[in-house]
Amino acid sequence: MMLLTLYWEFFKAGLFAVGGGLATLPFLRVMGQQYGWFTPAQLVDMVAVSESTPGPIGVNMATYVGYTYAGIPGAIIATLGLITPSVIIILIIATVLQKFRSNKYVDMGFYGMRPASTALITAALLGLMAVCLFGAGGIKDFASTAVIAPKPLILFAALMILTNVKKIKNLHPIVFIAVSAVVGILFNYSE
Amino acid sequence: MELLQLFLTFAKIGAMMFGGGLAMLPLLQRELVDNKKWVTEEEILDYYAIGQCTPGVIAVNTATFVGRKRKGVLGGIVATLGVVFPSVVIITIIAAFLSNFAELKVVKDAFAAIRVCVCVLILNSVIKLGKKTIVDAPTAIIFVVAVAGTLLLNISPIIFVVASALCGIVVKSLGVGKK
Repeated sequence: MMLLTLYWEFFKAGLFAVGGGLATLPFLRVMGQQYGWFTPAQLVDMVAVSESTPGPIGVNMATYVGYTYAGIPGAIIATLGLITPSVIIILIIATVLQKFRSNKYVDMGFYGMRPASTALITAALLGLMAVCLFGAGGIKDFASTAVIAPKPLILFAALMILTNVKKIKNLHPIVFIAVSAVVGILFNYSE
Repeated sequence: MELLQLFLTFAKIGAMMFGGGLAMLPLLQRELVDNKKWVTEEEILDYYAIGQCTPGVIAVNTATFVGRKRKGVLGGIVATLGVVFPSVVIITIIAAFLSNFAELKVVKDAFAAIRVCVCVLILNSVIKLGKKTIVDAPTAIIFVVAVAGTLLLNISPIIFVVASALCGIVVKSLGVGKK
């Protein structure tokens, strides 16, 4: 039953996540909220690991969520759930390849879907940023205690500048993740 | 035997692929066009274009396409399983490892900072995506409505994906928006 739910949730994510890479993020965030399979902080850790290991990010995240929830069978089931819809869709499209490419309604639909996909990722990101920058309670916690923990904010500002400097910005994400890990250990970030 | 070849070649691609998106294009060209000669350069670009306008992970879509071309439906399935196989193995090992060490202070410290870094990385990707996908007034409106709707109301992302596709068709049919 557990595995069936897992499969179905990832099937839906695979069917509606448009635009690759981080497009699965909003769906994962909803899963965390709805089923409590993982916390927002854990989700961000999963993104970090998925970006730092080989393989498509969406697939890596599915495997990670599945493993966290139900061990190795979960990892396999979640991944299969995510890829099932695209395999079916591509096998169908492959037979009508040219027609699909030149269909104006497909084109029009994607014109509308792309900004929506960007919006969904943006909204998911804002929720995650609240947790990562202001602590487990998110922005509410921050407002109620009125004590600003400066460490995450300083790192955020520094990285925002570094990742937009020419020459540095094209470095692989794993470099920034590794540097952040060292900073976190040196300056006791979990306190 | 070609099925085994398909599985192994795509497993190799999955294991060598970092990040995905456009970054994997050179890897696909080298393995599939130059080494194996399974598809042409043009076909790869076609698959890629379609991968971007179909749901799902682009690397997975490309694997399904190439596998199907070589060995039919079964080939499509085998190639797809190949491309995800390394992820499942590598991530499972890392997840098991991390869950055992999650309570160590050094791991907690590292991840508290890594989380901030991940937010920055996602924010940069979102800005890049925004520049590509928000191209005129109608797309800007769709963006704002979907962000606000997600944050303020508890609506499933699925609703927005379906509704925005319909909006796109309506807007383009009326001839509004950038040509």
